[in-house]
Amino acid sequence: MARGDMMKGFELYQPADLDNALSLLDKFGEESWKLAGGQDSLDWFKDRAKQPKAVIDLGGIQALRGITETADGIEIGALTTLREVATNAAINAKFPLLGTAASRVASPQIRNQATLGGNLCQDARCWYYRYGLDCYRAGGNKCYADSPEGVNREHCLFGADRCVAVTPSDTAVALVALDARMVVVNKDGEREIAAENFFIGPDVNITRMTVLEPGDILKSVRIPATWAGARWYFEKVADRNTWDFALVNVASVIKLTGSTIDDIRIVCGGVQCVPRRLTVVEEVVKGSVRNDETFELAAQSASRGATPLNYNHFKIPLMENLVRRAIRDA
Amino acid sequence: MSDDMNNSGPYSASPTAVSTRSRTSRRNFIKGVIASGATVSAGGYLMTMAGCSSDSGDGGSASAPAPGTVERMLVLNVNGERRTVDVLPQETLAMTLRYKLSLTGTKLGCDRGECGACTVLIDDVAYNACSVLTHTLRGRNVMTIEGLAAADGSLHPVQQAFIDELGPQCGFCTPGQVMSAVALLKENPRPSRQQAREAMAGNLCRCGAYDNYLNAVMRAARGA
Ligand SMILES: Cc1cc2nc3c(=O)[nH]c(=O)nc-3n(C[C@H](O)[C@H](O)[C@H](O)COP(=O)(O)OP(=O)(O)OC[C@H]3O[C@@H](n4cnc5c(N)ncnc54)[C@H](O)[C@@H]3O)c2cc1C
Ligand code: SF4
Ligand code: FES
Ligand code: FES
Repeated sequence: MARGDMMKGFELYQPADLDNALSLLDKFGEESWKLAGGQDSLDWFKDRAKQPKAVIDLGGIQALRGITETADGIEIGALTTLREVATNAAINAKFPLLGTAASRVASPQIRNQATLGGNLCQDARCWYYRYGLDCYRAGGNKCYADSPEGVNREHCLFGADRCVAVTPSDTAVALVALDARMVVVNKDGEREIAAENFFIGPDVNITRMTVLEPGDILKSVRIPATWAGARWYFEKVADRNTWDFALVNVASVIKLTGSTIDDIRIVCGGVQCVPRRLTVVEEVVKGSVRNDETFELAAQSASRGATPLNYNHFKIPLMENLVRRAIRDA
Repeated sequence: MSDDMNNSGPYSASPTAVSTRSRTSRRNFIKGVIASGATVSAGGYLMTMAGCSSDSGDGGSASAPAPGTVERMLVLNVNGERRTVDVLPQETLAMTLRYKLSLTGTKLGCDRGECGACTVLIDDVAYNACSVLTHTLRGRNVMTIEGLAAADGSLHPVQQAFIDELGPQCGFCTPGQVMSAVALLKENPRPSRQQAREAMAGNLCRCGAYDNYLNAVMRAARGA
């Protein structure tokens, strides 16, 4: 059957609690697929580029839902929809950066169905890979994007290692900026991973975008109060305002005394396989006054070390400008 | 209700339908669809079977559901009616509506979440029917374009406003546009033009009739 035909059949499981879901994942291992809102998954199935035997629908599991204010910030269940994240009063009061990033994902219909967990765990959007080609990320031994004839306008500036795909998620950059923690469960128990270490590049594992193993479920995201109420900035530049993924996006949180920058976290998406925390920029501007000189220094250090491909040189000035604004206009 | 998600726990083997369903041939399946009142348009015939029949090509799983998997028969609430329908695990709502329930007002444009032609309401919120598995909708209320007009045939105010403002050109995107507008006005009966623009942003129109549609949404809001 040609590509683009209907989905291949699979077994659909709808466990009502976490324990059942985990034992199903244990049972089917690499042949299983976790389904949340399906906005990434169903495309893979329709294109038949992924053909799991058992699809485990996480939608009925209450333990993965809900937004709770805790003593130390906010905990958001992985199954919370992007619409809920974007419109939730507590999130927007404490961390408007996250609410805003969620509101910039895809389209209204997609945000109504897509979940925060799915947005963080979604796979690369490289069109060669999604077309079903046997590239490195798909287990083959070639990169179609990073080849003389490859179209790589949307690919990376940093961290290339055979694969040059970028992180597609708008919420991921916001959560790395906010120093969030990912709560992951498997049959052996629960663990907490800093958002910054949750996403992995091709140098760590070229077939995955996150540390999650087949038996792992992302349960929730904890955002500590550290940056609640801080100054913030989010901007996404894409070809169209609806649907399109970021060419580059930026998220920052800043603490000031007068106009001196006391503390800052700043992260760019669309430039590397993982959300790129700009630690050099952070170090350069900490303790400085917010003025043109600081913005210029920040912009220059943001793009230092970039290795553009044939068609994505434009991302360098784009990234520099976004970083400048993310510090100036926060 | 044996097909209710709350009752059929994760490991409940389907008590009914297994034996009959397991030997359903493609021919009987088609007969069954026709007998149950669904009409199958000639053009969509093969596609219908590719998308909805478990034993076409390599598209099928084993015919008998594995223990613990979903029960294929389910009851859907569509446009205020309870409809019993046989749904494959991998079937999207758009497929079920169009090819099982004959509700062809819901259009399939891209089948990838990129156009909004398939927009329907689920519990009053807009979703792309091409991108939701029907099996995840047990117990929820689906509303399609066919369910908007009153029993006496008078149009929903949004439909009327779309006509009054000459909204559609070719009309292919129109059902989706109407459903997005209805969802918006349920949530926010007096939107600003900018709010309406944002709410309609998930519906593409190849004819470019966006301004007419926006005018129609604002007219419906004034009248609502
Ligand atoms: C047309 C279109 C435009 C888009 N535009 C954007 C955009 O602009 N910005 C953006 O950020 N995204 C965009 N997306 C991507 C979309 O936002 C994500 O695909 C969506 O958020 C995924 O969420 P989901 O719940 O539907 O995930 P699913 O499709 O259900 O899951 C996605 C992946 O995550 C895994 N997964 C899901 N939940 C869990 C969990 N709790 N634990 C472990 N693994 C899990 C699944 O196994 C799967 O591999 C777009 C998608 C489409 C179709
Ligand atoms: S960039 Fe990565 S995903 Fe794209 S073709 Fe190259 S190896 Fe594959
Ligand atoms: S057909 Fe569903 S969004 Fe295009
Ligand atoms: S009226 Fe033709 S696509 Fe919108």
